[in-house]
Amino acid sequence: MSTPRVRVFLVDDHHLFLSGVRAELGESVEVVGDADEVAAAVELIGERHPDVVLVDVHMPDGGGRAVIESVLARHPDVRFLALSVSDAAEDVIGVIRAGARGYVTKTISGPELTDAITRVAEGDAVFSPRLAGFVLDAFAADPGVTGGSAPTFDPELDQLTPREREVLRLIARGYAYKEVARELSISVKTVESHVSAVLRKLQLSSRHQLTRWATERRLL
Amino acid sequence: MVGGVASGLAQRFGVEANLIRLGFALVSLGGGTGLALYVAAWLIIPRQGSDESVLRRAVARPGTVRLLAGLVTAVLAVLLLLAAVRLGFAAPFAWPLSVAAAALVLVWRGADDEERTFLRELLDQAPVVGRTPVRRARWTTAARILAGVVLLVIGLGVLSAFPHPTVSVLRLAVAVNVVIVGILMIFGPWWLRLARDLADERRERVRTEERANVAAAVHDSVLQTLALIQRSAADPREVTRLARAQERELRAWLFEGRPPGSFDAARVSSVAEAVAVIEADVEADHGVAVDTVVVGDCPLTDDLRALLAAGREAVVNAAKWSGAPSASLFVEVESEQVSVFVRDRGAGFDPEAVNGDRRGIAESIRGRMARHGGTAAVRSVRGQGTEVELVMPRAGNRS
Repeated sequence: MSTPRVRVFLVDDHHLFLSGVRAELGESVEVVGDADEVAAAVELIGERHPDVVLVDVHMPDGGGRAVIESVLARHPDVRFLALSVSDAAEDVIGVIRAGARGYVTKTISGPELTDAITRVAEGDAVFSPRLAGFVLDAFAADPGVTGGSAPTFDPELDQLTPREREVLRLIARGYAYKEVARELSISVKTVESHVSAVLRKLQLSSRHQLTRWATERRLL
Repeated sequence: MVGGVASGLAQRFGVEANLIRLGFALVSLGGGTGLALYVAAWLIIPRQGSDESVLRRAVARPGTVRLLAGLVTAVLAVLLLLAAVRLGFAAPFAWPLSVAAAALVLVWRGADDEERTFLRELLDQAPVVGRTPVRRARWTTAARILAGVVLLVIGLGVLSAFPHPTVSVLRLAVAVNVVIVGILMIFGPWWLRLARDLADERRERVRTEERANVAAAVHDSVLQTLALIQRSAADPREVTRLARAQERELRAWLFEGRPPGSFDAARVSSVAEAVAVIEADVEADHGVAVDTVVVGDCPLTDDLRALLAAGREAVVNAAKWSGAPSASLFVEVESEQVSVFVRDRGAGFDPEAVNGDRRGIAESIRGRMARHGGTAAVRSVRGQGTEVELVMPRAGNRS
């Protein structure tokens, strides 16, 4: 092992899942610890200082969002990858806005999960098809249409570019970054930068819909 | 009274129907021209409430032209025979006669079921050519043919004496009609049987088509479920679940007329709900994970139901054939159109070289989309997987 392995911390309230993920990740990363509740997770992450924290969206006492917010307040360099079986869009958007660098569903395969962890460790964003769909949905309607007046509307942050939209569509269709790059005749690096830009917009946009849109999913 | 032509014309021109019938009868005395006219009108004028004339229906059916050719040659043969016994003068009557005969065949071939039933009843009532009880059959046949031959001989006798001054034109016309009746008595039943055979043949063809439809539906539901049951024979709970689900589906089909694979209108009213049903059904039936992403939503229309039915077929195909453990289903609702993408990373195939018995893509997907104004594209590479792209415009729903 010439290159240092990524140090990973697991947070999930399902023990079966914790051991399952450990087994799947195997030797590809170094699992430095795990926790099954919010308070313990915050404390242990502070102690062991992992590169990446895999965090379940749904947990008692505030869920993954609470973990991310408390840890980032003191250790802004720790990176988070959200993991869930949940379909609730507002929860997923919630953890992303709290600071997670990506979201994958628990059906993801071992190698794909390793790949996602590596990506997050390098500072890139990881979009699963489902997250891409949520984002397309959240940014779809014309601003001001669903949310009434939008006085703080900022086109830089509150709108996706056509290219970003294309990239998200392909991801939603199940394309890997490499395949997206080939399809659009651009480099993988460019795909990554588009996705990171989308992540930034998702986290910083003050769009009314992003916090409220799940309750008013538009019926065209 | 036979084809409803007289009453139809009467209604059209506001004249008494019997007056028109009388007119036809009078012209008929002149050697069958009226008969030919009557039948021609029957052929060309569409029936009230129907937009297709009898003629068009007849020509559209296979075999009609061949049958006509046969008839025309038969008539020509009779004419030759007449000419041989120096009865060539019959030629002027031959044309109206043969046209009328050919046209009657067209009428029969093009008649819809209702008309046909009526015609058959009419013929069955006729004393000479109609169906008779079996024990009287031989006697009536003999009597009929005898009567026919007598009529023929008398008629031809009068006709052969035509150049003779004692034969008036009126008598000549009567003689011609006598000949016609004679021929009808001899050959009528045979022609009727021919017509019946043709009707039977058509019924058989309809039955075959219906059987093909049922076979397709049974393949899509029952046979697939049976295959799944065999595969999960070791798991009694799964077998029970599959059997129960299949039973529900069959009941819905047989008693509520809802074909397998369609969406229950009471349960599913929007695109997103229908997609959730597809995801759950395929995951349950095929054990393949379906990664579903839906962007936007809208109420289901007939076109969108067809789109989703085609999409479902694509997902089922991916689950059955690709060998991949999962498939992606992406549905996006936009104001102008709804798109469905189904992708797998499985075996892939050569779309050009698809087997004829794999009807799924051609009929369930492409055909269904085309019928509703949508498009379907299939991209597949051996060893890299398949992607099906379906797009349905949202007609009249621009927002």
